[in-house]
Amino acid sequence: MGILENIFTASFLYTVIRVSTPLIFASLSSLVARKAGVTNITIDSTMLMSALIGVLVSAFTGSLWLALLCGMLVGVVMGIFMGYFHIMMNTNMILTGVAINTFTNGAVVMILYAFTGDKGSSSMIKSLGVPGVEIPILKNIPVLGEILSGHNIFTYVAFLLVIAVWFLMYRTPLGLRIRAVGENSSAARSVGENPTKVKLIALGLSGFFASLGGMYLSMGNMQVFIVGMTSSRGFIGVAADAMGQGNPVGAMLASLLFGCANAVGNVLQINSFSTDMVMAIPYVVSIIGIIIYSAREKQRKESRVKRAIAEAERNAGAVAR
Amino acid sequence: MNNNASLPVIEMKGITKIYSNGVIANKDVDFSVKSGEIHAVMGENGAGKSTLMKMLFGMEKPDKGTIFYRGKPVMIHQPSDAIALKIGMVHQEFMLVPSLTVAENMMLREEPVKGGIFIDRAKAVEETVKISEKYHLPIDPNARIIDLPVGMKQRVEILKALYRGAEILILDEPTAVLTPQETEELFRQLQILREIGHTVIFISHKIREVKQICDRITILKNGLSMGVYNVAEITEADISRLMVGREVKMKLDKKKANPGDVVLKVDNLCYGYGEGKLKVNDVSFTVRSGEIVGIAGVEGNGQRELLELITGLRGIQRGKVSASGLDIRGMSIQKIRDKAKMAYIPQDRLLFGVASEATIKENLMANRISNREYSRAGVIKGGKFTKRSRELIEEFRIKCGGEEQTVNMLSGGNIQKVVVARELSMPRNLIVIDQPSRGIDVGATKFIHEKIFELRDANAAILVNSADLAEIMELSDSLFVMYEGEIVAYFKSLEGVTEEQLGEYMLGINRQTPEQIKEAYYEQ
Repeated sequence: MGILENIFTASFLYTVIRVSTPLIFASLSSLVARKAGVTNITIDSTMLMSALIGVLVSAFTGSLWLALLCGMLVGVVMGIFMGYFHIMMNTNMILTGVAINTFTNGAVVMILYAFTGDKGSSSMIKSLGVPGVEIPILKNIPVLGEILSGHNIFTYVAFLLVIAVWFLMYRTPLGLRIRAVGENSSAARSVGENPTKVKLIALGLSGFFASLGGMYLSMGNMQVFIVGMTSSRGFIGVAADAMGQGNPVGAMLASLLFGCANAVGNVLQINSFSTDMVMAIPYVVSIIGIIIYSAREKQRKESRVKRAIAEAERNAGAVAR
Repeated sequence: MNNNASLPVIEMKGITKIYSNGVIANKDVDFSVKSGEIHAVMGENGAGKSTLMKMLFGMEKPDKGTIFYRGKPVMIHQPSDAIALKIGMVHQEFMLVPSLTVAENMMLREEPVKGGIFIDRAKAVEETVKISEKYHLPIDPNARIIDLPVGMKQRVEILKALYRGAEILILDEPTAVLTPQETEELFRQLQILREIGHTVIFISHKIREVKQICDRITILKNGLSMGVYNVAEITEADISRLMVGREVKMKLDKKKANPGDVVLKVDNLCYGYGEGKLKVNDVSFTVRSGEIVGIAGVEGNGQRELLELITGLRGIQRGKVSASGLDIRGMSIQKIRDKAKMAYIPQDRLLFGVASEATIKENLMANRISNREYSRAGVIKGGKFTKRSRELIEEFRIKCGGEEQTVNMLSGGNIQKVVVARELSMPRNLIVIDQPSRGIDVGATKFIHEKIFELRDANAAILVNSADLAEIMELSDSLFVMYEGEIVAYFKSLEGVTEEQLGEYMLGINRQTPEQIKEAYYEQ
């Protein structure tokens, strides 16, 4: 079987890590917003906008650093933009998110067309990319080196960011305040904290993480911007964060799971399965994953209850005898 | 006490506050506190006590008037301004983050830092211990808030304010959630604070407590100040007259109960399997027609779960509940209401009692919408609907601008009246009431209590839970006490039973014999 052979290889696992990278960024982006009490559904469009801006700036200025900086800035601004409407203007979170998403999807095409004359991709212009790196020593270890070395810098940043976000959330004053505001904002207010400020900072961070995910797609994984290239990865990130139960490491593991489904899809595609079907696999797996996860949680709880009741009945029976 | 010599530390002059919905919370109120006194702010619910204090703490802005701190006019725009003036406030709803530890809550926004960016957690614990020892208020700094009893949470709140340098401490109805013993402990703590020169502002509507520990009182009524009095020079009756403008009858006229058949029967009910400790543990009791059975207990000892099991809000795990002769296990809530003729007045009226954005009419009629009298083929009969809701508004004296007003425009007491009117205006065998008077004024409370007695005398079986000991003792014909999910005491009659006695059962200090507790279950 060609398919299985293709799956149980080092290059497959390499692919898993590669395709999980944007999901990790997206899930961390969702996490930091959700901790502050906001479900950020604009992650996907933030990724898309940053992906485009990074490409355009790099093509027109020739500076990679400036491109990255601008991409991040756009991400932060979009996060705060969402916060401005939702928190300061008191608009509905979902409506605001949908509005920003719709606007961004249109704006991206318009900007792309204005600068390149193309409405589909940036292939007309030559943009820069962030290179991959070989990790010394590690790269020489057989199999492991093949899987873990030679990834894009963004990928290593993603994994380091998981640790950084954990420390940020659980070990720094800012993290403590974000969690406090998200859980009981009047408590934070009563000690003189400004919940609006904290939420805006969290959303700025959320946008920042999302921008890294977006730029990975257009300046790391590929060196071109294509309209719609995020393919809802931002939303999968929200799902991964929910599955990870607000823990950065959990979010990373969930992202890897979704990445795995994505990679399987890639393999099947190579083996000439119907492309449309294969494209659906990661999403179907995402949905099934969430269903299984919550069903299991529910079942686990129910069986715990049942066991405890049965034990109580037994004890009661023993006493009666 | 040094209150005669000292100057006012806080003065509020000509304070007026009108909320955006047109409610006048305070009108031209003068208020002043001397350094080192315990000063009570008294008044009915809605008299404007909390609003006045929120303005002092920067959570609301006065529309008119000036605040003076040690003689100087100050602007307090937000809590941090108040904190800078050494003012601290312990709110009625605790301002704590449940999943964080005591130390983390204490240090929030004042976190000790090491290495430039990380929280110094050892130092946070150390600081917490230091402040708790300084004020003789022991606390476990590593406990998570969610695991603490109410009294301890309140202590964290007080410590939090003291840690931020508070010398003027505002306590908003601090005893509302405490047992008599916890209240005594709180009073002892407040006296210690007074001795070291701190000033305490004590918001309350409990006259006895104010008489016990306060030096002076400011009385508010309908947003107006009724004057400032030395506690030693004013009688309880005078205070009550100033607060409500009429003599509150301390005891309601109550006929002797004449219990009939068992309506509610609870057999060995257990709940909370798989979550560690049982929330409801082997509870058995009965409620008979024509009697009011009360549940006393510190909140969080399984009362809420018990009532939610009886009303069908939670699924029964083990044991049996029968109402009007029907086993309610597996029955839908609507069936329980209709078939077993059960009415339920929940504790959280905004969450479970009303749809706050729907109109009064819709809320009043919600439980009879499918009744043929009011609808046919899924279409509501508008005329009858309106007529009946107007009758109910009249009968239950709901103060409103008409039946089309949305419920969220009403005051707490009137929202509760909407719930009560809806639930008690249908023929019912069994009425389950959770916290009948929480957060509502004396007038509305009295009305609801009278309604409860009226229904009892009309032979309904009534089960009431209240955290307010005075209320539960006044309402109940018989009463049981819950502690950690179990019934620990049962009183067939409340004659000669004191609050202190109940308090000992409520705190688990005392416990009756199984035989005594068994009497809660009436065998026919």
